[in-house]
Amino acid sequence: MAPKLQLAIYWAAACGGCDVAILDTDEKILNIAEAADIVLWPIAMDFKYEDIYKMEPGSIDVCLFNGAIRTSEQEELAKALRARSKFMIAFGACAAWGGIPSLANLTNREGIFNTVYKETATTINEEDIRPDTNYPGPEGELHLPRIYDRVWSLDQVVDVDYYVPGCPPTPETIWTAILAIVTGNLPPKGTVIGGTKSLCDTCEREKTEKKITQFKRPFEIIADPKKCLLEQGLVCCGPVTRDGCGHRCTNNNMPCRGCYGPSEKVSDQGAKLLNAIASIMDVKDEKSAQELAATWEDPAGTVYRFSLAKSLIYDYKKGGE
Amino acid sequence: MSDHKIGVYVCHCGSNINGVVNCAKVTEEIGKIGEVVVAKDYKYMCSDPGQEMIKNDIKEKGLDRVVIAACSPRMHEPTFRRALEGAGLNGYLLEMANIREHVSWVTKDKEEATKKALSLVKGAVKRVKLHEPIEEREVPVTNTTLVLGGGISGIQAALQVAEAGHKVYLIEQKQYIGGNMAKFDKTFPTLDCAACILTPKMVDVGQSPNIELYTSSEVIKVDGYVGNFTVTVREKPRYINHDKCTGCGDCASACIMKNRIPHEFDEGLSKRSAAYIPFPQAVPLKAVIDDGNCLFLTRKKCTLACVKACGAKAINFNQHETIHEFKVGSIILATGFDLFDAKRAPQYGYGRYANVINGLQFERMTNASGPTSGHITLADGTEPKSVAVIHCVGSRDENYNKYCSRVCCMSSVKFAHLVKDHCDAEVYEFYIDMRTFGKGYEEFYNRVQEEGVHFVRGKGAEVAQIDGRLVVIAEDTLLGQYREIPVDMVILNTALEPRVDAEKVAQTLGISRSGDGFFMESHIKLDPVTTTTDGIYLAGCCQSPKDIPDSVAQGSAAAAQSLAIIATGKVKISPISASIDSEQCAGCRICIGLCTYRAIKLNEETLRAEINEAVCKGCGTCAAGCPSGAIRVSHFNDDQLLAQIEGVLA
Repeated sequence: MAPKLQLAIYWAAACGGCDVAILDTDEKILNIAEAADIVLWPIAMDFKYEDIYKMEPGSIDVCLFNGAIRTSEQEELAKALRARSKFMIAFGACAAWGGIPSLANLTNREGIFNTVYKETATTINEEDIRPDTNYPGPEGELHLPRIYDRVWSLDQVVDVDYYVPGCPPTPETIWTAILAIVTGNLPPKGTVIGGTKSLCDTCEREKTEKKITQFKRPFEIIADPKKCLLEQGLVCCGPVTRDGCGHRCTNNNMPCRGCYGPSEKVSDQGAKLLNAIASIMDVKDEKSAQELAATWEDPAGTVYRFSLAKSLIYDYKKGGE
Repeated sequence: MSDHKIGVYVCHCGSNINGVVNCAKVTEEIGKIGEVVVAKDYKYMCSDPGQEMIKNDIKEKGLDRVVIAACSPRMHEPTFRRALEGAGLNGYLLEMANIREHVSWVTKDKEEATKKALSLVKGAVKRVKLHEPIEEREVPVTNTTLVLGGGISGIQAALQVAEAGHKVYLIEQKQYIGGNMAKFDKTFPTLDCAACILTPKMVDVGQSPNIELYTSSEVIKVDGYVGNFTVTVREKPRYINHDKCTGCGDCASACIMKNRIPHEFDEGLSKRSAAYIPFPQAVPLKAVIDDGNCLFLTRKKCTLACVKACGAKAINFNQHETIHEFKVGSIILATGFDLFDAKRAPQYGYGRYANVINGLQFERMTNASGPTSGHITLADGTEPKSVAVIHCVGSRDENYNKYCSRVCCMSSVKFAHLVKDHCDAEVYEFYIDMRTFGKGYEEFYNRVQEEGVHFVRGKGAEVAQIDGRLVVIAEDTLLGQYREIPVDMVILNTALEPRVDAEKVAQTLGISRSGDGFFMESHIKLDPVTTTTDGIYLAGCCQSPKDIPDSVAQGSAAAAQSLAIIATGKVKISPISASIDSEQCAGCRICIGLCTYRAIKLNEETLRAEINEAVCKGCGTCAAGCPSGAIRVSHFNDDQLLAQIEGVLA
């Protein structure tokens, strides 16, 4: 019998949904357990930092790393795991493109701290106490990880071999990825395990010429299930997003949220979508453009919902941490 | 990564660039980049020795990419492309960094300028590595021309093309050709009778074997590209059989609606029938039945007196609109102007006071074949004793049009002369500045000044009626006084405006309009006749207000453009165009509505977008709008642009 796959699962700036998604493979989790020894999975089993540092370089076959990088601890662990793993996989939208946590890049550490520790209506913090990296406790000085000024995707911190997209990845996508690793049937480095076309391409809704006369939010209308959602005023990320998710949102009459990341030829998902939507707004002058744009709630959060860390703008704004 | 041999040439442009940018330093710094094997600066790169230098380096040092830091590529990119091609290198393996318009001309700070120039050159070096050799394409042309608009400039263009022996389709929206000029009485500065000089040309159009004239017609669709347009034209019915109608006018005399409908040709100063001849010299000289006013066509209730009166049996109420399709190599747009509606400036009382008229109405009044047989009369039929001419109504006015309409000063002076000539009334001209440029114009102005016309320097602010008399209120800026001048008649010389359907025409033809609404030329100074769409040319007032000589000149120029295409027999098409990766195209159709040139269509079978590369101008709008990144513009693809940005920011 071939030696079992040494599998590590780690989470950084994440919600835990990716870990749950692995369990969501239902009975296949047993096949995973059969094929692999899980050497690290903090959400499910107890591990200490030392357990990782004791591992030899290359002793982990595959590391499924979910979550974005926004603290010194997460960066350190990402580097430690990278050094010990044959394959580093950015698992889920946060690890791949920064995900929802990277919307924090619309502001910075100071802005976030101001909101959380000062400005919200329910906050009472008269001494203006902020998180600190050092605390002189009675048992000696304690250290906490430092929060960075911006959020990074995993590949902005360490070398990544494959990407498993999704928020969270669907069981089918996870299984495809695991099967590829177990069978050794590996795609070229850098491959995103998903479709090769855009979601819009494989969407079966009826498309006509696009014109947006008013932006709608999903709760405001019951969309026609046969027609293109974008044409009904719902901002659907389908045109710029990779397929392979099984159209779970659009099949349920909800616009695509973009969690499978940019499609094959798209480098900046949000910029592309913003451009496309601006192109089909039915306006005749600047004034009507502004009026129509005002009916769109949170454009930046919509187009960059899962990929702000990989926005070109931030790539050229390097500096700081 | 392959290794390139890049030559970088930094042009001093005399002191234009070198006076601000330290060209030697830029050259020295850029020479340190690994793949840059030649870095030189020179006084004038565009000169023969400059170009020779590049050619020699390509041959001797085996350069495979060239960067030239100089002026705008709009100026000399073709020059340097030819230089590369002269040395056997594809012209598109060149990149220009604009360090003149973008650097030395916009700052005096030498240090910053040198830094920026270096950044731009670095961007160009990074970008040029990703350039691919591309070839210009040639397509054959159809040797016919379509002229849209039968005013003086359209007539001029059509006649010139026809005289050269080529077929012209002349399309006119009205029922006759001649345009606004046909309504004029005299023309400045020579006081030639407008009809006397225009009618022969109109007749020539009617008789030319090479001109097919379509009146009451409009273009509804344009497909194709330079050399190969397909134009669809809708011809409205006149309810008259052209072959039978002799233009006798018996139908007009018999029509029950006789003298009941304001006559457009006389600017409403006379009344016509529902069946009528537009004007005595009309080409074609055929009757027309106005379907908006004909009782039979609107209500099916009429004694049909016209049918009984027509000896030629030419009236046919069963006519329908006809759709024509023409294959043409080029299109000349000569759609003219609309006159500013003086009712939009209510302070002048137009439409409220009977004796406030506009310039075109005055032209009709003084015209011997016009509604008053050439007599200048007030509404009550008497002659005025004093007349005011107000310039710039709707022109040079922040509230309406900012531009100068160019012809009004001269036509106002002409009006003054005609008043003096016809009835010897006192004439007051209210002007902001007197603009009498042009051959013989200033002389004409001097002549009219000597005729005793009162020139008041100050814009006519208001026309009021006080005690039953018109009073023009103005500030006389020369006297520094507020003035109220009572007059019998006021002529408002109104602005020339883009035609009301200009936007529709622009969309149908896929051309642009400038901020003032007139059709946009390729270059306001050096290319005022061509549009940004190859094969579509502009003539006359549809491009900007102009007088008759300029309209005629532009008509001839447009004809020359069209003949040039025919003479070469083929046209070169820029190789910079967009293409679609059908694997990545989702068929979302976002791009289709974006393309100004209508180069993109959806293939109904594959449900993928397709680009007609011959029509594509390579503007890149579709590539920017394409959400799946399926569209790629050659020579401006994402990789090249990102490399350039990276280089600039490095």
